[in-house]
Amino acid sequence: MPSPEDQYLDEAAGPVVRPYALIRGRTRATGQWLDLIAIITAVRGVRPDPSEMGPEHLDVLRMCRLPTSVADIAADLDLPLGVVRILLGDLQEQRLISIHHPIPPARLPDARVLREVVDGLRRL
Amino acid sequence: MAYAGSDQAGGPGRVPVTIKILIAGGFGVGKTTLVGSLTEIRPLRTEEPLSEPGAAVDRLDGVERKTTTTVALDFGRITIRDNLVIYLFGTPGQERFWFMWDELARGALGAIVMADTRRLADSFASVDYFEQRGIPFVVGVNCFDGARRYRPDSVRSALDLDPEVPIVLCDARQRPSCRDALIALVEHALEVLRDRPEYAAEARTPEPAP
Repeated sequence: MPSPEDQYLDEAAGPVVRPYALIRGRTRATGQWLDLIAIITAVRGVRPDPSEMGPEHLDVLRMCRLPTSVADIAADLDLPLGVVRILLGDLQEQRLISIHHPIPPARLPDARVLREVVDGLRRL
Repeated sequence: MAYAGSDQAGGPGRVPVTIKILIAGGFGVGKTTLVGSLTEIRPLRTEEPLSEPGAAVDRLDGVERKTTTTVALDFGRITIRDNLVIYLFGTPGQERFWFMWDELARGALGAIVMADTRRLADSFASVDYFEQRGIPFVVGVNCFDGARRYRPDSVRSALDLDPEVPIVLCDARQRPSCRDALIALVEHALEVLRDRPEYAAEARTPEPAP
């Protein structure tokens, strides 16, 4: 009979991995909660300090020259979400990015946006 | 005015309004197919510490804090216009990955709970989850080949759904059908939000600076 952890660790669970060296073994981002659909934009005209940056930090910055969601960054760079959150935390600490949190659904302005979504979907 | 603190409004780099919609339901019920019919699917990896689900990993002793497992989610994006984007996230179907749902559900506009009439019970857990959290949802009955067609009313009573929860019959392989399910959800969310007392007040409150 398989032990409990064997039951948990199967193909659907994916590979067991070590914490990522690129984020120096950290597993939890510090600072504020970052939603999957928060939009990240690189701050223009600020030069990153190369001694503080790994190549992945620079990849993220490059992607965020145009506003890009957290989920898009993770998918495009093929990095796990938690790693991306930590990289973004580093970049934020250095004031290299600006973060736009999504509007809570209850505050989508007077339903206009949702109407627009419905109209847009009808055209799909 | 959607985002306070944006100094780029109107420019090419304008920050989009983003909307999150979840596609839920039991394992193998057609969630991936539905997302794939609407948009290109990209895998999104998340990693969770193995210690999260509890005692099952105790035997790993001091290692558990350093060990994570990755779970891939289906992720798709529909651009309504330059500055208005819908993000679709397929929730992990297996219950043992449910600890990830709270992360996904946070701030979601709503969910499509996919259901297969041959095993409706697989959708109970999803229905419960969204009901309890007051997240608007519609039930999308995936009309699989060979599955007996049921009337929406019988699905409603089998799932014990509130009368206002819409049920849409859909074929997850067909784009127009999936689009209609999504439209049904957004319209339903609109109604649900309008009925909430906080909505009218909050909609007029300016966004705090981030």
